[in-house]
Amino acid sequence: MIRFLLGRFAYLVPTFIGITIVAFGFVRLLPGDPVLLMAGERGISPERHAQLTEQLGYDRPIWVQYFEFVGNLFQGDFGNSLSTKKPVLDEFLTLFPATIELGLIAILIATLVGIPLGVFAAIKRGSVFDQVSMGAALVGYSMPIFWWGLLLIIFFSGILGWTPVSGRIDLLYFFPNGTGFMLWDSLASGQSGAFTSAVRHLILPSIVLATIPMAVIARQSRSAMLEVLSEDYVRTARAKGMSPFRVVGIHALRNALIPVITTIGLQIGVLMAGAILTETIFSWPGIGKWMIDSISRRDYPSVQGGLLLMAGVVMIVNLIVDLLYGVINPRIRHK
Amino acid sequence: MALLEIRNLTVSFETSTGLFHAVKGIDLSVQEREVLAVVGESGSGKSVAMLASMGLLPKTAKITADVMTFNGRDLLTMPDTERRKIIGRDISMIFQEPIASLNPCFTVGYQIEEVLRSHLGLNRADCRKRAVELFGAVGIPDPEKRLDSYPHQMSGGQCQRVMIAIAIACKPKLLIADEPTTALDVTIQKQILDLLMSLQEETGMGMIMITHDMGVVAETADRVAVMYKGRKMEEADVVTLFDNPSHSYTKALLSALPELATGDRLPTVSDFVDTASLQTEGAR
Ligand SMILES: Nc1ncnc2c1ncn2[C@@H]1O[C@H](COP(=O)(O)OP(=O)(O)O)[C@@H](O)[C@H]1O
Ligand SMILES: [Mg+2]
Repeated sequence: MIRFLLGRFAYLVPTFIGITIVAFGFVRLLPGDPVLLMAGERGISPERHAQLTEQLGYDRPIWVQYFEFVGNLFQGDFGNSLSTKKPVLDEFLTLFPATIELGLIAILIATLVGIPLGVFAAIKRGSVFDQVSMGAALVGYSMPIFWWGLLLIIFFSGILGWTPVSGRIDLLYFFPNGTGFMLWDSLASGQSGAFTSAVRHLILPSIVLATIPMAVIARQSRSAMLEVLSEDYVRTARAKGMSPFRVVGIHALRNALIPVITTIGLQIGVLMAGAILTETIFSWPGIGKWMIDSISRRDYPSVQGGLLLMAGVVMIVNLIVDLLYGVINPRIRHK
Repeated sequence: MALLEIRNLTVSFETSTGLFHAVKGIDLSVQEREVLAVVGESGSGKSVAMLASMGLLPKTAKITADVMTFNGRDLLTMPDTERRKIIGRDISMIFQEPIASLNPCFTVGYQIEEVLRSHLGLNRADCRKRAVELFGAVGIPDPEKRLDSYPHQMSGGQCQRVMIAIAIACKPKLLIADEPTTALDVTIQKQILDLLMSLQEETGMGMIMITHDMGVVAETADRVAVMYKGRKMEEADVVTLFDNPSHSYTKALLSALPELATGDRLPTVSDFVDTASLQTEGAR
């Protein structure tokens, strides 16, 4: 197990270096000039432009800028945003809870719906339930998020008027930023209706964000379950006279979960990408929306810092998933 | 009254190419204290026949029989909830691949205690105590510590001992051993057979020993049923069968014993008989 973990850590170093290069390079490859964009419609004189560029250090060779970026990282300095002048790390930490909240609820929905769906489809293989749910999963998997989000908004917000279109809570409610987790803060504020409002705002975006992971998890659960159900130890469990619940829900499921956990881990990265679109559609004030805004402003420090932090989060989550994998799979644990 | 009584059992599978008849009308019965060997080459329907009586075949299997009773109780019409009270307690079964037959995600202790808890309703401490006794009885060294092991930490022979411990946990009346030694090393094979036979003698349980090895039959069985392609070719007590096999297929099986090997190659069934003629000979 220790060796397994050390292996994982050793793997993180080159990954990290790769990510700094990509994060640094990506935004600079985009056409557009941050100084010009800062100046806006009014334009800017060539002298002022040169002065600002020098001030920001963008006149220096690219590799000097890169090593300064990495050097600062080691001092915990992610740079300051060009537009707000605030430290990128502060901006990230302020907005991050909104994204965690959305992502966590989404992955929870995806897991809690996806696994049972896949398991039942496997047990009732070939049945109408199997065909309908796996057909739906295939559709969900290939659903363009943007289109799907808009469709849900039109139906549930526009036609039925059940859910709000954007934001995290009604403007009616106001409370100082506590933890940044709206579900918690709204409950803690004690204002009646605040929590319900927060939930209502969360429903559509989390469903949209959950759709693709849910489809992937359901399909993976089904195939893992089908494979496991024909194993000798499942026959043994039945030969021992165990109830169908124990045979399927304990003996088979525990083994089927091993590949499913890996899949869920891989979906975290997909979720981050999905969050960028989802937050934009629903004006959800999280990291995803912040990234899109920063990219359109060519806010170099925000984009490179933000990308790096997001990648860091995905890496940490994957590490946790690997740990969990060891917990659930004894054959790994004892290596 | 016979412990297990089977008359005219047929099992067929729905396959993509139509019905496949794996068992074509066999009669079998085992008495208390008796060891019945069921022999026949691979694919002759031995496992399927036993799994059918345990109710362990998939839904694609069509099972019919004139009689199929255990201890006087009709296995054909018995509801699943009733059957689950009997299998694992009064009839138990061990299989060919001991490591694959144990769940890799649970300790072997969990897998035996589960049986004790659900069939005998023992509490946690009693389960543990009984599990230690059972592991001791099947010759697992350091049983207390071994209970916390996972199957992949044990050898094939050890895993088969665990399977046997699970099978005898509730003092069954009948133990079905489906080629219990085929997947094991030769030296271990002998140990496992000896263990099974001494347990059988001690407890007086009935036993069905499925094998394709006439050597195993000679060492264990009171009576032998010979199967070929889903049919029972003949049945006799073990002395009669070895001294005076009435059927050409049985003769062929006997001559396939390694002791009788000539040259550098073991004789096989087809060296002795024309397999096509067996089909008609075996028909009733
Ligand atoms: N679930 C199944 N579906 C279709 N055919 C099966 C199934 N199980 C066994 N069979 C077939 O039934 C025949 C008898 O198998 P089996 O009883 O396992 O043979 P053995 O005598 O070696 O134990 C084989 O031809 C096998 O392919
Ligand atoms: Mg078999």
